[in-house]
Amino acid sequence: MTTHRIKGAGRLTPARTARFTFDGKIYTALEGDTVASALLANGVHLMGRSFKYHRPRGILTAGPEEPNALLDVSRDAARRQPNVRASVQEVFDGAIIRSQNRWPFLSFDIGGFNNLLSAFFPAGFYYKTFMWPREAWAKLYEPIIRRAAGLGVAPKEADPDHYANRFAHCDVLVAGGGAAGLTAALSAAQTGADVILVDERAEVGGALLFDTAVTIDGKPGYDWAQDVLRQLKAMPNVRVLTRTTVFGYYNHNFLGLVERVTDHLASPDAALPRERLWQVRARKVVLATGAIERHMVFANNDRPGILLASAARLYLNHYGVAVGSKVGVYTAHDSAYEAAIDLKRAGVDVVAIVDCRAKPGEAVVSAARGLGIEVLTGYSVIDTAGHLRISSITVARNGSSNNRKIPVDALLMSGGWTPSVHLFSQSRGKLKFDAATERFLPDVHVQDCVSVGACNGTDDLNTLLSDAAAAGGGALRLSGEVPFAWTGGMIGAAEGAGKDKVVKAFVDFQHDVTAKDIRLAVREGMHSIEHIKRFTTNGMASDQGKLSNMHGLAIAAEMLGKEIPKVGLTTFRAPYTPVTYGTLIAHSRGSLFDPARKTPLHAELVKAGAEFEDVGNWKRAWYFPKRGEDMHQAVNRECRTARTVAGVFDASTLGKIEVVGPDAAKFLNLMYTNAWDNLKPGKCRYGIMTREDGFVYDDGVVGRLSEDRFHVTTTTGGAPRVLHHMEDYLQTEFPDLKVWLTSTTEQWSVIAVQGPKAREIIAPLVEGLDLSNEAFPHMSVAECTVMGVPARLFRVSFTGELGFEVNVPADYGAAVWKAIWSRTEAMGGCLYGTETMHVLRAEKGYIIVGQDTDGTVTPDDAGYGWAVSKKKPDFVGIRGLKRPDLMREGRKQLVGLLTRDPAEVLEEGGQIVENPNQVKPMTMLGHVTSAYWSENLGRSIAIGLVANGRARMGETLYVPMKDKTIAVEVTDMVFFDKEGGRIHG
Amino acid sequence: MAELATRTLPLAGAYGGSPAVQLQPARPAARISLRARPDAVEALSAALGLSLPTAPKTSATGGGRTALWLGPDEWLVIDEGDSGLMQATAASGAVHSATDVSHRNTAILVSGPGASQALNAGCPLDLSLKAFPVGACARTLFGKIEVVLLRTGPDAFRLECWRSFSDYAFGLLAEAATDAEI
Repeated sequence: MTTHRIKGAGRLTPARTARFTFDGKIYTALEGDTVASALLANGVHLMGRSFKYHRPRGILTAGPEEPNALLDVSRDAARRQPNVRASVQEVFDGAIIRSQNRWPFLSFDIGGFNNLLSAFFPAGFYYKTFMWPREAWAKLYEPIIRRAAGLGVAPKEADPDHYANRFAHCDVLVAGGGAAGLTAALSAAQTGADVILVDERAEVGGALLFDTAVTIDGKPGYDWAQDVLRQLKAMPNVRVLTRTTVFGYYNHNFLGLVERVTDHLASPDAALPRERLWQVRARKVVLATGAIERHMVFANNDRPGILLASAARLYLNHYGVAVGSKVGVYTAHDSAYEAAIDLKRAGVDVVAIVDCRAKPGEAVVSAARGLGIEVLTGYSVIDTAGHLRISSITVARNGSSNNRKIPVDALLMSGGWTPSVHLFSQSRGKLKFDAATERFLPDVHVQDCVSVGACNGTDDLNTLLSDAAAAGGGALRLSGEVPFAWTGGMIGAAEGAGKDKVVKAFVDFQHDVTAKDIRLAVREGMHSIEHIKRFTTNGMASDQGKLSNMHGLAIAAEMLGKEIPKVGLTTFRAPYTPVTYGTLIAHSRGSLFDPARKTPLHAELVKAGAEFEDVGNWKRAWYFPKRGEDMHQAVNRECRTARTVAGVFDASTLGKIEVVGPDAAKFLNLMYTNAWDNLKPGKCRYGIMTREDGFVYDDGVVGRLSEDRFHVTTTTGGAPRVLHHMEDYLQTEFPDLKVWLTSTTEQWSVIAVQGPKAREIIAPLVEGLDLSNEAFPHMSVAECTVMGVPARLFRVSFTGELGFEVNVPADYGAAVWKAIWSRTEAMGGCLYGTETMHVLRAEKGYIIVGQDTDGTVTPDDAGYGWAVSKKKPDFVGIRGLKRPDLMREGRKQLVGLLTRDPAEVLEEGGQIVENPNQVKPMTMLGHVTSAYWSENLGRSIAIGLVANGRARMGETLYVPMKDKTIAVEVTDMVFFDKEGGRIHG
Repeated sequence: MAELATRTLPLAGAYGGSPAVQLQPARPAARISLRARPDAVEALSAALGLSLPTAPKTSATGGGRTALWLGPDEWLVIDEGDSGLMQATAASGAVHSATDVSHRNTAILVSGPGASQALNAGCPLDLSLKAFPVGACARTLFGKIEVVLLRTGPDAFRLECWRSFSDYAFGLLAEAATDAEI
């Protein structure tokens, strides 16, 4: 295989090689090569097909702005990443690299017909074409567009790599490790500041990597950069992050960085994350992000072999690769001459420098001519030829029709340099257009940051060095030399992109947007750059217009006859370059995706064979199937057993708030609708809490432990919001009250024992308390000892049975649970879960806030009007409840619903109507909120919200379903033990 | 008399860590959440045998007890010895709220040269010794959960969290420990 590596050129070590495949063919690279430099060294320019027209495309750049060479890079089936920029990805031994957006082959691609049909795909094509017939959209257009759209194919396998996150702080964060960034970092570090220096490449140096003519501090630029890097790395207050991109600049100097940790390694240590997300808060930010070279916009400027001059120079001077053997140059900027000079000196035939300017910098011109390079000033490249690789350029004097064809196998181009103001703009900094140099430059810095170097439009090396040193805040003074001062640059379409000619002069390579498309957009009425952008999709590809934005803007401005600042600039948004989802998710995968909260009894529940359901983040035991039982059989058994013997239930997730202080009762009086000051210590009361608007917010049992201490319980899901709600009122409305709130949800394991045998079960375990009905009746609470542990025992019931809730400090829960369960089991009792809990409470007509209520239900609507004090002068919700709408007749009220067919179980959410024969839309009276099969009653039961429900007792209403209409009778809500005697058993 | 209940610790058997970061579930400890207004600080300090800290991000230690400032009227008091925290505050004579949270919280001891890096995988605070010296504490975030962090040494932290979040905290620390450098 011919190598295009030039002996003695570049900085890679020839002895260290790596092998990789590209589209199945094996290639050899040198360690340190990017995929682009390795393929170029092997003479491969064709690396992809364009997005829309499927035109053959080669590598265009040598950096993150690459729009063409987007490849699929993998280690194995799961470790595969599409749309990797060949100019960024380093080669590792064994890499499998494939081209994209082509079928069947890169060199022969069926989609290439799009190029011939391009007259039918103008800008705005999608907006205009697929409008009718309407039905064709879902079946025809969308599937076809979806197949054609998008680049690359995402892997179907789960990502086996892991990713890390790191928060960090520093005094100075320097973005960019070129001459300016290194100087700023060193200057800052010498003051003792904590510095983080970030550069996206594997090696620092920035432009010094290709610009070998620069000297700084008396040393060649590259050597100086490596010296500074060594100094920085030796300082304990400096962290250097290479292969790291600052992708986002957010408020208060908060920056997002992605560090590519293993993508360049052949066999990475499995302990290493593939990428690491850095979230950095910096006191000060130095933006030294450099500039990006622009291409020239002319006819057929996209053939493989056409690339940026600085890229060709980097491939030569860093990687030792010649991009061609017969090289032409088309430029509007002096910097391209130095690329030509370097290539010529390396022995490459440079056939011509075509400069569209009449007066380029004299020094570069005479240097080029001195080396025997033909320089054509005031000339343009008006066309190119070649299918899979450029074969010739057509050159003409500006304004003349005489032209000349020059054979080439590579063409370097430079339209000048665009300052990289992306991060500056993300920081909300204001830009200003410099008409003389046709550049947008940082003007007003909004955050504590400073722009230095090429991104700030500084062309002179010594100004750059002194600016950067000053930005770092230190006393560092450096000077440097360059052989040529650069001038020039142009934005917009060049001569060869002829105003009205049918030529493809690409502005945006990645989205196949041509100069003609931008003109069309303006002609069709798009006058704002935001509209032009969306109509043409210019700058909307994943490269975000790093090359194309300025050209597109200039062409639009010319068409509109406006100055560039008047046309406007689109917004720069994060991320600067694409960031993987893995990095953004970082550690939040698998068991770390979200905390799974388990009660102290969880292991016991698992041993007992519980099925679990998620309630918020909690894992709650749902039911306990015995061998061979399905859910219904298990729940029916649990329901029956709990009422005939006893059931044991893990109620630990119940929200608990300890309300303590001399004003505790006063505070609860304000937070709940009912009264608390008359509750005696040792007693409990069911409380309803409303919001300011009078609607039910939460409910629960509150026990008074002493004059100044209450044990408040909330619903499981309501625990955090109820505490916040209370704390909010305490701090903002009642700050004078001497009372404090503490969440104790997790302090206690709560074991509910419910059923006729409940007392018998717990009695031997409890010390220091008379459990008799007389001494410890329903709604009592006491501090006592359970199995030698200080406990809080509640005589409460959410089942309607004799019941206790045993609260012991959480770590003792498992032991107490085991003891209680062993006694219960011996007596023929059962364990039960949340499903049985729901059925048993519904049998008694106890509501569940959030299921039977929905934020529009008042205590009275729910049948709990008795729990609203008529005497209290104030409580949260008192005024809301007096609003006319909340007091009117006919509101929806909770009632019981019994199906005419006792075997029929209603569906929760089913709508309730009076007349099922009414024409749709029917008048809906309400809906079913709870519905279960009640094994204890041998029939179905339900609760529903029904308009004027309590006045409808005995009425027959209907629940229309998809396939039938179910007749129901309106009843009261207590279905089981209506007299309520069992609870006092 | 009934048999005595035994204790089951939330992180029993948890292990993880790396050469740079050692992770260890802390021994059970007594804890109270203490709330009081400024005028009660002196009496409560005397009762507890330490000076309740009044500056943000600070803690105070005395007699085996550590009091962590969590807010202008809030402290977490940890006693690794024979507690008596509730009795002590009750005897202070000052208006306050003391609530036993010994079992609500559990703690993980994070130590080693990579300790702060492992914590910074999920905690956004600046954990440099300059900004977060020994004795500093804060109620903060660790990944998706709330924690109380106390620096007990240049390379040592105590991370307190509610018990049901301790699996998550330990899991994230274990993963982060492998990404910390010595």
